[in-house]
Amino acid sequence: MIEVEDLEKVFVVRRRAGRLRRTKHEVRAVGGISFAVPRGEVVGYIGPNGAGKSTTIKMLTGILTPSSGRLRVVGIDPARERTRLARRIGVVFGQRTTLWWDLPLLDSYRLMRRMYRIPDDRYRANLERCTEQLGLGELLEVPVRQLSLGQRMRGDIAAALLHDPEVLYLDEPTIGLDVLSKAKVREFLRELNADRGTTVLLTTHDLSDIEQLCRRVMVIDHGRLMYDGGLDGLHAVGESERMLVVDLERELPPIDVAGCRTVRVEGPRQWLAFPAGASAAPLVAEVAERWPLVDLSVREPDIEDVIARMYA
Amino acid sequence: MAEAAAGIRGYGLIVAMWVRTTMAYRLSFAMTALGNLLMTAADFAAIAIMFSHTDVLGGFTFAEVALLYGTTSTSLGLADLLLGNLDRIGRRIRDGTMDTLLVRPVPVFAQIAADRFALRRIGRVLQGLIVLVWSLTALDGVAWTPVAVLLVPVMVLAGAAIYGAVFTCGAAFQFWATDAAEVQNSFTYGGNTLTQYPPTIFSKELVRGVTFVVPLAFVNWLPALHVLGRDDPLGLPGWVDFASPLVAAACCALAGLAWRTGLRGYRSTGS
Repeated sequence: MIEVEDLEKVFVVRRRAGRLRRTKHEVRAVGGISFAVPRGEVVGYIGPNGAGKSTTIKMLTGILTPSSGRLRVVGIDPARERTRLARRIGVVFGQRTTLWWDLPLLDSYRLMRRMYRIPDDRYRANLERCTEQLGLGELLEVPVRQLSLGQRMRGDIAAALLHDPEVLYLDEPTIGLDVLSKAKVREFLRELNADRGTTVLLTTHDLSDIEQLCRRVMVIDHGRLMYDGGLDGLHAVGESERMLVVDLERELPPIDVAGCRTVRVEGPRQWLAFPAGASAAPLVAEVAERWPLVDLSVREPDIEDVIARMYA
Repeated sequence: MAEAAAGIRGYGLIVAMWVRTTMAYRLSFAMTALGNLLMTAADFAAIAIMFSHTDVLGGFTFAEVALLYGTTSTSLGLADLLLGNLDRIGRRIRDGTMDTLLVRPVPVFAQIAADRFALRRIGRVLQGLIVLVWSLTALDGVAWTPVAVLLVPVMVLAGAAIYGAVFTCGAAFQFWATDAAEVQNSFTYGGNTLTQYPPTIFSKELVRGVTFVVPLAFVNWLPALHVLGRDDPLGLPGWVDFASPLVAAACCALAGLAWRTGLRGYRSTGS
């Protein structure tokens, strides 16, 4: 579905040096990455800010022309046949809307229908499905500028799917959303992938997006692909740790259980770190059996932490 | 060719949507269109006042100046109505929404030109047409040969195309300098003010400039001089009076090239 070979993007940046002189700098935003995404896969594309994520997405959608390398999306060269590709992909930018700001949601959708030449029955079926599953019913008549961020994002996702795209790119689809909106968006994407087999590539800073949606993760840093594989493997490579926070009945000496280490004690509350690849269940069972447990929670490692550990 | 067809179709779709939206508030539309008409009428009033003190300006009568005014205003009005929103491109590049246009299956030029299509700008077209029709009835001593009759609509359309090309070049320039809209405005709106007056009142250097550099003289001066049976101040050969459509075509080709170059640059630098 997506084939990338030795993809490179080099920007030339001019910097001021002295009064009139300017020096040219080459910045390698994406430096020779290769990967392939088969039909129906959901892939998380992660990396720190400025790692080259957006640049890659822009090349995959045809917005940017690659400096070198081979690139095919649904068999099309994006930079050469951008408008032909546009009919077969859906794009959601978390930070900016593709909808018409001053128009009601439904007007944007009607315009999309004609722009993409969506057959009537397909349009109606897709709109109905999106409206129902994303909870857009009451929002269709509301101008986009009056929607909340979460509502707008759901509106944007529906807009990207009306023309039955084979590939869906999501650039930070859950950024700034509340818990409920996030859950709704994830649920919808999961169903979309299961029912339609839509291939999804999403960038995110939120590890729980990845955990709930993606079987595969690609990590990019400094324009290079650092990791490509399952989420478990990522934790193993990064040696990241999850944190079990327990509240005991009273202040006690640090808990001592095999498979974890106690990193912090603060009154009756203790923090136990254990490998992210391991299950929390046996650990919780053992602590509950041997200590007077009042409450507990598990904290997932931050994506930035995982990556930071990988290259530390 | 296929791209042009897709562009025109997409342009039509977006414009139709904005017109529908505008028409949801008919009264508001009528008021703004009327306001637009009155505002542009004010600068014709200035010319009328001038002629209440003198009979001729640079050897041109009031009706003759009105012909110049009517043709250039109608041309600019048409170009402004159809392509006037192109200058929003700088803002779209700065705030990053340019990218959202690039992932839709319609040429970017059509999307930007049609974005927020403002039907109220028809006010300027109407005002220009009213002055033009009045001048045609008020002119005397004009030999209305078939060629002269044909030359009037041809110069209006060629003029609109020349102004449109200037709008496009201005927009293309914003790919490099995102706040360059004012430079283009000085050629379009400034050029409009210039060509409302007879060429004889300006210096030869200026007339040469708008003939050979930015060819605004072809918007109305040269063809109008033929209609009015006058010689042009530069003494150019007679066929030049009919060259407006050719000049317009050349301008449009050049503007298309500039636009393509700008867009290609954007797609290779992302800014």
